[in-house]
Amino acid sequence: MEEFIKKIEEEFEDIEPGKLKPESNFREMFDWNSINALIIIALVKTEYDVVINAEDIASSKTVSDLYNVIESKK
Amino acid sequence: MSIFSIPNIRISGITACVPKNKLSTLDYDWIPLKDREQFIKTVGVETRHIATDNITTSDLCFTAAEKLLSELKWDKKDISILVFVSQSRDYIIPSTSGILQDRLGLSHDTSSYDINMGCSGYIYGISSIASLLNFSKGKKALLLVGDVSSSNTSYKDKSTYPLFGDAGTATAIEIDENAENIEINMQSDGSGWDAIVIPDGGLRNPVSIKSFEYKKYPGDIYRNNVQVALNGVEVFNFSLREVVPNIKKLLKETNKNIEDFDYLVLHQANKLINKTITKMLKFDKTKVPETLNKYGNTSSASIPLTIVSELRKQMTEEKVKLILSAFGIGLSWGTIFIETNKIVCPKVIEI
Repeated sequence: MEEFIKKIEEEFEDIEPGKLKPESNFREMFDWNSINALIIIALVKTEYDVVINAEDIASSKTVSDLYNVIESKK
Repeated sequence: MSIFSIPNIRISGITACVPKNKLSTLDYDWIPLKDREQFIKTVGVETRHIATDNITTSDLCFTAAEKLLSELKWDKKDISILVFVSQSRDYIIPSTSGILQDRLGLSHDTSSYDINMGCSGYIYGISSIASLLNFSKGKKALLLVGDVSSSNTSYKDKSTYPLFGDAGTATAIEIDENAENIEINMQSDGSGWDAIVIPDGGLRNPVSIKSFEYKKYPGDIYRNNVQVALNGVEVFNFSLREVVPNIKKLLKETNKNIEDFDYLVLHQANKLINKTITKMLKFDKTKVPETLNKYGNTSSASIPLTIVSELRKQMTEEKVKLILSAFGIGLSWGTIFIETNKIVCPKVIEI
């Protein structure tokens, strides 16, 4: 999980390091838009070889929700 | 399995033509400046060339073809096949290929037909024309590929308006018994037909006054039903899921290694897609040319346009082994392995 957060921080320069927590609502952390969704999808595919879809993102609220989706699809 | 190995075919030249009129993403004031900057950084489109009212795809392809034929010094009488690949034709009917056959002054002994394909069109076009030419008594063929996608986008749709650019290309193909085989792997999945769609105007939903009513969609998007609707996340996911296995399958079938190739030319849909595919393939990113920044997503024209714009020197001076891979609307996707040797490749024409 820590690793996942670190990778998100690397992708999104707007996020101050250490500010993103497992319980953080990722939509509130930065201006959420569909391009950010693409960045997350690409990150998950490259790092975990898992494809998450639009519904997975829509049904996730927090960083840990998203992480659980990835784990369940591994 | 739609895997082909086509012998006896050489690409002798490629040309590309774009409209002179250039637009910048930074000027797209329907979205905030910050979003424009993010679009440039992530999707990759900084400028694109957009056809003004009177320029059609066939005009761009015509100019590209005239240049190609004059550089090659081909006798027009020798061209036995003309294929036009596009989703932005001159008329609903007839086919545009016939109009181009006439305008180019090709003989009546030319077979001309259209192929209605978008993003993956260059792959499908090469496979069709190369297969057919092998069974022809003729020796030369002309593949014209391009789109004016900008005519179908809504200014108030940030998912399409700043993405698409316009271009037309021409590729000269001829019989050469010493040519290396062209290896091809093509696939399709029509369950995703609505991922990129213009809903009205065909027989399923004939055009009516209602087709022109603007509707609001999530994300502050407004468009009508004769304009293109693009489900970006779905197309993105499809591309990441399907392209790499398609390329790897062809490598396996042909007993080739990815290191055997000099360049990987990907359809220019989205910089993040291409960055991710390149990483997944562990391909040297300096050998993956990009033109999204200059020309945007030019649909079926993106691969030949990228070759002309970025690899001109290598194409004209060297023997080059290429992987070409394209994916999108349909959904449809495919990959070609092809070797070229010092072809005609003049710089991109603007009209």
